[in-house]
Amino acid sequence: MRLLRIVPDDTNFDFMRFRRISFPISALLSIVALVAFMTLGLNFGIDFKGGTLLEVRWPNNTLNISDVRSKLENLELGEVQIQEIGSEGEVLIRVAQQPGGEGAQQAVVQKVRDALGTGVEYRRVEVVGPRVSQELLSHGIIGLMLAVVAILIYLWFRFEWQFALGASIANFHDIVLTIGFMAIFQIEFDLTSVAALLTILGYSLNDTIVIYDRIREMLRRYKKMPTDELLNQSINSTLSRSVITHVTVTLALLALVLFGGRAIHSFSVTMMFGVVLVGTYTSIFIASPLLIYLGVTTRTMAEAAKDDEKTEKAGRPAAR
Amino acid sequence: MLYFSRWKALSIVVFSAIVCLMAVPSLLPQSTYDRLPGFLQRKIVLGLDLQGGSYIVLQVETAEVRKVRLEQLRDDARRVLRDAKVGYSGLNLQGNSVQVRIREGQDGDLALTELRKLALPVGGALGASGQVDTDVTRDGDLFTLTPTNTGIQARTIQAVSQSIEIVRKRIDQLGTTEPSIQRQGSDRIQVQVPGLQDPSRLKALLGQTAKLSFRLVDTSMSGQQALQTRPPAGTDVLYSQDQPPVPYLIEQRVLVAGEDLTDAQPGFDPNNREPVVTFRFNSNGARRFAEATQQNVGRPFAIVLDNQVISAPVIREPITGGSGQISGSFTVQQANDLAILLRAGALPVPLQVVEERTVGPGLGADSIRAGLVASIVGAIAVALFMIATYGLFGIFAVLAVAVNVGMIFGVLAMLGATLTLPGIAGVVLTVGIAVDSNVLIYERIREEARAGRSAISAIDAGFTRALATILDSNITTFIAAAVLFYIGSGPVRGFAITFGIGIMTTVFTAFTLTRLMASLWVRWKRPQRVPI
Repeated sequence: MRLLRIVPDDTNFDFMRFRRISFPISALLSIVALVAFMTLGLNFGIDFKGGTLLEVRWPNNTLNISDVRSKLENLELGEVQIQEIGSEGEVLIRVAQQPGGEGAQQAVVQKVRDALGTGVEYRRVEVVGPRVSQELLSHGIIGLMLAVVAILIYLWFRFEWQFALGASIANFHDIVLTIGFMAIFQIEFDLTSVAALLTILGYSLNDTIVIYDRIREMLRRYKKMPTDELLNQSINSTLSRSVITHVTVTLALLALVLFGGRAIHSFSVTMMFGVVLVGTYTSIFIASPLLIYLGVTTRTMAEAAKDDEKTEKAGRPAAR
Repeated sequence: MLYFSRWKALSIVVFSAIVCLMAVPSLLPQSTYDRLPGFLQRKIVLGLDLQGGSYIVLQVETAEVRKVRLEQLRDDARRVLRDAKVGYSGLNLQGNSVQVRIREGQDGDLALTELRKLALPVGGALGASGQVDTDVTRDGDLFTLTPTNTGIQARTIQAVSQSIEIVRKRIDQLGTTEPSIQRQGSDRIQVQVPGLQDPSRLKALLGQTAKLSFRLVDTSMSGQQALQTRPPAGTDVLYSQDQPPVPYLIEQRVLVAGEDLTDAQPGFDPNNREPVVTFRFNSNGARRFAEATQQNVGRPFAIVLDNQVISAPVIREPITGGSGQISGSFTVQQANDLAILLRAGALPVPLQVVEERTVGPGLGADSIRAGLVASIVGAIAVALFMIATYGLFGIFAVLAVAVNVGMIFGVLAMLGATLTLPGIAGVVLTVGIAVDSNVLIYERIREEARAGRSAISAIDAGFTRALATILDSNITTFIAAAVLFYIGSGPVRGFAITFGIGIMTTVFTAFTLTRLMASLWVRWKRPQRVPI
């Protein structure tokens, strides 16, 4: 059987030269993302905005959307979004947070239930009060920052500081672009989106570290090679792995996007963008070339590498 | 790197198999599962988003705790001053404190000592903090009692514990299966009731404090008159449940309180077949109720629930039997719920619903189906791609990933963890990422072979070099999963759990199974050429 070979052996792309294109592109995209975030803003879901969400199904084509609309408008609940979803008479009703504290939010569900009457199926009801939504938002932000810091510390222990800094800048870049993507396409931003962001973070780092690991190995072995060439060779020799792993993750994510259902759709789409489009691009075109600017050269690394080798040799029998 | 002693190889296989098998009880029908021995009765719990049910978060309001505490302080101050025979005037609540002015010529020092006795150490007599729950200050003949913040905090925590007990009793009465009631943070209670489709009755049950009291009706003036003038000292105007509500003038003094009830049951009035709630007092309550009714024959008394008058019958004769009935034109459901509330007891403070998420069984079933389809499609696609790329070694990788997924479910079952829809997404993602460890190894083997090593030496070197990278890259992903577990709740936490477990099993299978399979194959074939 002839095996599939997506990336030919011994590629020799000059990735380092791309940085003259990739850095400005990334800078531009980051600015676009930030502008989108500032102007369009994120489409906060119920987790962070509070309010009430009902998913209601009318069985056997009994849905009369304009009737539903007028019934709900009569309730005078302020901003009410009514959205038809799927083809089986399902409607998503979003009611904005009501003035008057926690109790007022609870009253909304009863009012809507009374207005819609019997004979409908309530598939999902969510009510998030003002206090909880604020806490969830601050926890989400703190969590993201905590993750970045924890990973930074780990990398700093495991690699030299230049690598840790490079990975963190790359990380930050990924998050900014993904948030920009969510702002431009107004993808609902809720707790699962934070989960998606954190996974993108972990995954993109995973990718970066594979390349960094190789760079470090090469630094130890070829103490005289020019830095540019060394970085290039490292990326080229891991390129086949990057691409293949990418395909597998893409396949898994594609299955989630296509068949995973609405409940995790925004999660899957965000992951698809962050992991598949941004993650690998960052590892190859941003994280690695950054090392040049951060002063990684064969000479400066020689000393650090020596120390590392010692500890690694000492630690090796245990790992076996 | 490639050599495994026989025992090591065997223990790897046995260990993996056992972990995978731990997932089996979760797949069995309930009847078979119940017959398993105790140590095997561990299974994966489906999250509310998959099996349907209600998730409700209740909050104890600190402001309410403070209010209850202030009222209690006021009553205590009245009692100690009376007992010490110190004349006072103007005992009332002022913002966050209780103020009382003693009459001229009274013993101020005595009043201070007596009032100071009301300040108790936080955490009870054994509390080591040395802080008291109330500050007592004196300014001439004006005394101020202020609850301290630490005191209020301690009371809030206590109120949550007491409320959890009462909430549990109330929910148990609904007859739902396996409700879970837990403390969340310092002032919240998290309630999860699987299978509950309409939580409005549950919320109604939990939203009531259910403070019951029997008090006399003041007949010196009507409720209407009292509203227009001013209610006499020691009385309140309370409304009935009728539409429109009727005001009653009720004495503040409580004849018997809800704590003295031992039982309450819904029933029917034998005379007019209306739903009623019959109740029984404990001996203390029975004695006090008998005394009160003896002294007040001919006068109306009121049954008050949460400051609402349920009914106000006239005492025709002394009630000495220690039992009675409450009629208040209830529906059957209302009588039922009132009986539940009275049996479970009153909440120390009102609870506020701050978050609610309910998923119907239909959506839950749809989500399970979607998750299942996505997992199967994803797994097959990845497997086909791996086999197309690496041939025989691709099959090894697929086997390792299959065992990996089995182990994820095994560990989930052992932990009794909750599987949510994002959790299933975590498994699917793990499949994609678990494959990465194999890709790293195989690509390294290819490279080493290209660099001129012999097949066996290339495979050996490939494993050695790739495993270090695998460990590094997975630890960072694991940090992200751990943070997610820490900050997330519900479905998101479910994702963090499966994703985190998935990373661990991935590293395990990469270091053991994948290597073992390659090593067995090398020993068997003695290859001259790397087959990938």
